[in-house]
Amino acid sequence: MRLALRRIGHLVRKELRQLFRDPRMARVIFVAPAVQLVVFGYAVNTDVRGTPVLLLDRDRTAASRALVQSLTASGYFRIVGEVGRPGELVRALDRGEATLALEISRGFARDLARGREPAVQILVDGTSSNTANVAQGHAARLVTEFGLRRPGRAVESPVDFRPRVWYNPTLASRVYNVPAVAGVIIMLMCLMLTALSVVREREMGTLEQLMVSPLRPAELVIGKTIPVALVALADLVLVTAIAVLWFGIPLKGSPLLLVGASLPYILAGLGTGLLISGVSNTQQEAYMTMFLVFLPAMLLSGFMFPVSSMPAVFQWITLVNPIRHFLEVVRGVFLKGVGLEVLWPQVLALTGMAAALLWAATRRFGATRH
Amino acid sequence: MGRPGVRLSPARLLAVARKEVIQLRRDPRSLIMAFVLPVLLVLLFGYAISFDVDRIGLAVLDRDNGASSRALVDGFRRSGYFDLVDRPASPGAAERLLERGSARLVLVIPPDFGASLGAGRPAPLQALVDGSDANGAGIALAYAEAVVADFARRAAGRGGPAAKPPLRPEIRVWYNERLDSRRMIVPGLIAVLMMIIAAMLTSLTIAREWERGTMEQLAATPVARAEVVLGKLLPYLAIGLIDVFSTAAIGRVVFEVPYRGDVLLLGAISFVFLVGAFGLGMFISAVVKSQLLATQVSMLVSYLPGFLLSGFAFDVATMPLPLRALSAVVPARHYVTILRGLFLKGVGLEALWPEALALLVFAGLGLGLAVRAFRKETG
Repeated sequence: MRLALRRIGHLVRKELRQLFRDPRMARVIFVAPAVQLVVFGYAVNTDVRGTPVLLLDRDRTAASRALVQSLTASGYFRIVGEVGRPGELVRALDRGEATLALEISRGFARDLARGREPAVQILVDGTSSNTANVAQGHAARLVTEFGLRRPGRAVESPVDFRPRVWYNPTLASRVYNVPAVAGVIIMLMCLMLTALSVVREREMGTLEQLMVSPLRPAELVIGKTIPVALVALADLVLVTAIAVLWFGIPLKGSPLLLVGASLPYILAGLGTGLLISGVSNTQQEAYMTMFLVFLPAMLLSGFMFPVSSMPAVFQWITLVNPIRHFLEVVRGVFLKGVGLEVLWPQVLALTGMAAALLWAATRRFGATRH
Repeated sequence: MGRPGVRLSPARLLAVARKEVIQLRRDPRSLIMAFVLPVLLVLLFGYAISFDVDRIGLAVLDRDNGASSRALVDGFRRSGYFDLVDRPASPGAAERLLERGSARLVLVIPPDFGASLGAGRPAPLQALVDGSDANGAGIALAYAEAVVADFARRAAGRGGPAAKPPLRPEIRVWYNERLDSRRMIVPGLIAVLMMIIAAMLTSLTIAREWERGTMEQLAATPVARAEVVLGKLLPYLAIGLIDVFSTAAIGRVVFEVPYRGDVLLLGAISFVFLVGAFGLGMFISAVVKSQLLATQVSMLVSYLPGFLLSGFAFDVATMPLPLRALSAVVPARHYVTILRGLFLKGVGLEALWPEALALLVFAGLGLGLAVRAFRKETG
């Protein structure tokens, strides 16, 4: 046992030295995830704040300007231009210069004052169905409210509906998506750091040297895993800090649980990477297999597309995806502040997957040896 | 090889292309990747992923349990958007449902709901919404408000004439009239998948040369560098175009995404995009062997941005200005815009020329990088 520990210790030291031999590597390992999270943190935004609107105001009265003002004041819309003819609205939508086109007809102020229900035309570019859906809802609500705010037109609904939004009262999508980006970046780092490692040694011929050394397959896997796991854990702390400090995402739950749950997640990622490395003959093959594995793992994780919107079969398939479980943990801890009493199934699943993947990687190395 | 000043010879170029085709036909792995994988992935993901919010988990805490409250709950169930998952007995139980994520919306109907409604007082009605997924929660909330408004209109209609709104928003949705998220996703999916397939295919062609030891032979022949790159490119461009058309056909036939644009334009623009993507792929696979670092950097700068900054899932129009500017250097972004324009909007070059121009620049860059990488490898 002591001997095994010593052998693993040597391998860990060798791996760390190899990893940081190129000083630029440190930049890839620590700067890249930070930069990625900052950039993508701004990109993963499904709020429709600042939806571009093109305006065709044929009335040009105080009332029509007040309507436009009430749309822009909401923050959901920004006017990107004003045109004189309807044809120009069409062209702008065709080119994608605006998502919404607002057309206020002549006589708008007069009809509104006389209670003639003037219509406000809104053209929506439905290509981005998500934005279009939310933006048209906001526009309809704002226009209707603008009409109701006019004096003497208070209409009371018989039902006083008061929804309260929990966990994320302002419905900011970033709060939900930034922790998820962090999780995806960590997985990508884990795969990148391991998928090429063994196959690289095989190509360089140093794998034979390791094979003839007294290292057992399990020791080889452990020795290859520990240094990268340490690096990935450091990355996790780094990206979590950026999410909290830079983006101001509230961390409601226990940071300890977050780190505790990320350990099996990282190990599952490293196990996957080592397995890819073990079954590949060349670095290129490993690289491409990694691409192919990461693609469904990312798309079927609930990161960009909600799991609840998938057909039932695919919802079942996502259960073997470590990213899916980790995202549930991260979002639960960050947003809901829940603990193990709620998240134990996810943590258990991650632990099971980590064990299975590392075992498979060990088996694979044992097989290549003979 | 690669003496400067040697002119491109079509004969040598075609010879390289023919060699590539022969090699390709003997390699089942490449053939599967070339023809089966793109179709399979578009079918798989086109079916699996969507933004549509339906079957929203609904829990009802009905403390009134009268005719009106039952009619309201019935309205929720009949809307088709909500799935009644539970009827918790206490607020604490309702809270746990939200925490576990088994319900997204809890409708709380107070004991005096029916009585207030009958007496003409505003009837109080509460809802708790799990807001963690802001997008889904916003949509769920909008559906709930619509169901409640519908219920309120009926309730008011029994008492007297329903009040007309003083201002009528007339909303018309273009290009994707039913706001079906699949119509948004499938064209984008074709674009991002082609990007990845292109990288994979080209990497295999380089890998094959190394594995068989034919790279040295190639270097020893009097073929110019540019001829090798272009000759290798030709068969893959043909494959890439077949892939684009077959996946577009799947989008049209299987997922019923309308194709309203010019089919020839799809071919022409895809050709330009593929030149850039294959060039970039050749560059990456030429340097992967010698430069681990370059590989990882190129993966970082190409893979995730292709998904996150391309408008595939997250709309570029609502991103902050610096990111909108940054997305201009992501080729996938332009290709996604073009494919959506061709599929849904039915526009041509008069609207898409800026994106087409950007792809031309990308194609030039990709080719240049590929030729340079070859010099480093062989020279």
